[in-house]
Amino acid sequence: MTPADKKRVLREMLFARRFEERCYEAYVERKIGGFLHLYPGQEACAFGVMEAARPGHDYVITGYRDHVHAIKCGADPKAVMAELYGKETGSSKGRGGSMHIFDVEHHFMGGYALVGGPFPLAAGIAKGLKMKGSDAISICFLGDAANNQGTFHESLNMAKVWNLPVLYVCENNLYGIGTRIDRSTAVIDQYKRVSGYDIPAAQTDGQDIEKVYEAAKIAVDHVRSGKGPYFLELMTYRYRGHSMSDSNAYRPKDEERMWSKRDPIIMLRDRLIEAKQITLDDYKAMDTAVLEEIENEIIKFAEASPEPSVDELEKYVLADNDPYVRGGKH
Amino acid sequence: MAVMMYWEAIRRAQDEELARDPMVIVMGEDVGVAGGTYKATKGLYEKYGAERVIDTPISENGFTGLGIGASFIGVRPIIEIMSVNFAWLAMDQIFNSAAKVRYMSGGQLEAPVVIRSPGGTAHQLGAQHSARMEKVFMGVAGLRVVTPSNPRQAYGLVKSAVRCNDPVFINEHELMYNMKGEVPDEEYFHPLEGSEVARQGRDVTLFGYNISVHWCLEAAEFLASHHGIDCEVVDLYSLSPLDRAGIKASVSKTHRAIIAEEAEAPVGVGSEVMAIINEECFFELDAAPVRVSARNVPIPYNHRLEKAAIPGAKDVVHAVLKMFGKQ
Repeated sequence: MTPADKKRVLREMLFARRFEERCYEAYVERKIGGFLHLYPGQEACAFGVMEAARPGHDYVITGYRDHVHAIKCGADPKAVMAELYGKETGSSKGRGGSMHIFDVEHHFMGGYALVGGPFPLAAGIAKGLKMKGSDAISICFLGDAANNQGTFHESLNMAKVWNLPVLYVCENNLYGIGTRIDRSTAVIDQYKRVSGYDIPAAQTDGQDIEKVYEAAKIAVDHVRSGKGPYFLELMTYRYRGHSMSDSNAYRPKDEERMWSKRDPIIMLRDRLIEAKQITLDDYKAMDTAVLEEIENEIIKFAEASPEPSVDELEKYVLADNDPYVRGGKH
Repeated sequence: MAVMMYWEAIRRAQDEELARDPMVIVMGEDVGVAGGTYKATKGLYEKYGAERVIDTPISENGFTGLGIGASFIGVRPIIEIMSVNFAWLAMDQIFNSAAKVRYMSGGQLEAPVVIRSPGGTAHQLGAQHSARMEKVFMGVAGLRVVTPSNPRQAYGLVKSAVRCNDPVFINEHELMYNMKGEVPDEEYFHPLEGSEVARQGRDVTLFGYNISVHWCLEAAEFLASHHGIDCEVVDLYSLSPLDRAGIKASVSKTHRAIIAEEAEAPVGVGSEVMAIINEECFFELDAAPVRVSARNVPIPYNHRLEKAAIPGAKDVVHAVLKMFGKQ
């Protein structure tokens, strides 16, 4: 990453952090309903990997903690916020919600709310890319707990047997909802579980974006060059509970303190200050600008947008006027 | 019109679609080198190769999800699940991914997959290989369910299902693959919605689908020749959506309805058709509608017990005679 890249990504990660924190506030104000899973703490994972990939060109799919991945792929943050507000201008026209952000134009293939569900979907997208002879790859971001689903094993097996261009990124935040990984999972290092499928796998620090970027570059190059699937494990931590309905009482305070000292944004900021690429004042000005953008453009847009019409409740259940429903084009 | 077997009709439809569109693929357990458990993919592996006629591992949820994911970007997969009993394992991907993705993406994505699978009770296959699951699939918004009763429908429904942009579940039957019937020589697309009047009649409507259409036809012939009762037989080849207009039209004509289903009665095709009759034409009825259904048991292995659990033409005859006060 060049110094200019690092400065840009610092702002993008800061934006993602403030965006998620603002979602928290809107949820408390009851402007956002349903379940809300926030990303603070894990930013270097999505940004580091996607810096090494080609956002908007490569296909990305993930679980329900999906806002930031969508935005990094190119989704308009206004449309993402409007989706959380349940508005017609939302990325899924208010039909999806926080857990189902989609932006197909930018190849963000969606957030899915069944843990482990995207594993085979990502392999299928990779199959399609291979059939089309595309140089795009399929990237699947999921948490460590998803690896205890059968789809993890089924998909790794098929991806290897059919040599599919898919990169599985495991954001290991050490908790599956409220259960710590060592209490639910026989092997804590997730990359080791992949050895049974003869797929190359690596583990790196998910808090240091430069390390994520370097590891992801190797992973992306491997997949893009036609060598088949790759598995990248990123050790990370989420600052909040699993979702907004999680009291987060199950984690030791000293563990939370330890991880807060390894904040991905602060680590990159301090590195850039030390290298005299930015000053602390630059960072503060950046933060102010981000907060203003979120408040004045994004929240305002979501607030002002109309709700979907009840008259269109049944739209999007099935295709509109598909001719084959009546037996062909006549 | 050529006479061909049900499996040949399905094979022909898949062959034509594979030849037409390079994005059509067929995938499932033993569909390739082995030629398909019921021969529905015989010879296609040799013709189209391993990249398009894909032998999958025995991972139903995984390979169904893979097919669905591929369909997101323009692939048109025909997924064969060897037995509908194994489709339980793929329910998550069928229901949560394929059926919902258009809606929850606000129309951005669609999953144009075809999932073919035989259900039904064959011969002494026991409780875990004898499921009739159509009622499970037909209750899910976003998924089409069709069930061919003859080779012509099997051919035309596969053709339309491949071209349709919705996910379509095709419910076949293990005992019907060798059934013979006429199939048009020219390309034919069967409607995915609606119903067909398989036999015109005045006195009572017998609703059937898939194998039970044949029980109804057999019962109708017997009742006409032995009891002078003129049965109309309506073939509900589309289970989701059910043909409200067709159900209403026939019952409004005959004023009596019997629904024959191979599945257990609770929450089934019969109960749904009865509800539609209530909603659409209750005051047209001269008698309360009746269901002919399987007994509500896991299917037993023992031959006599198995036969007793599943209805047939005789049960339809008894139901009609009872309705007319002749028994």
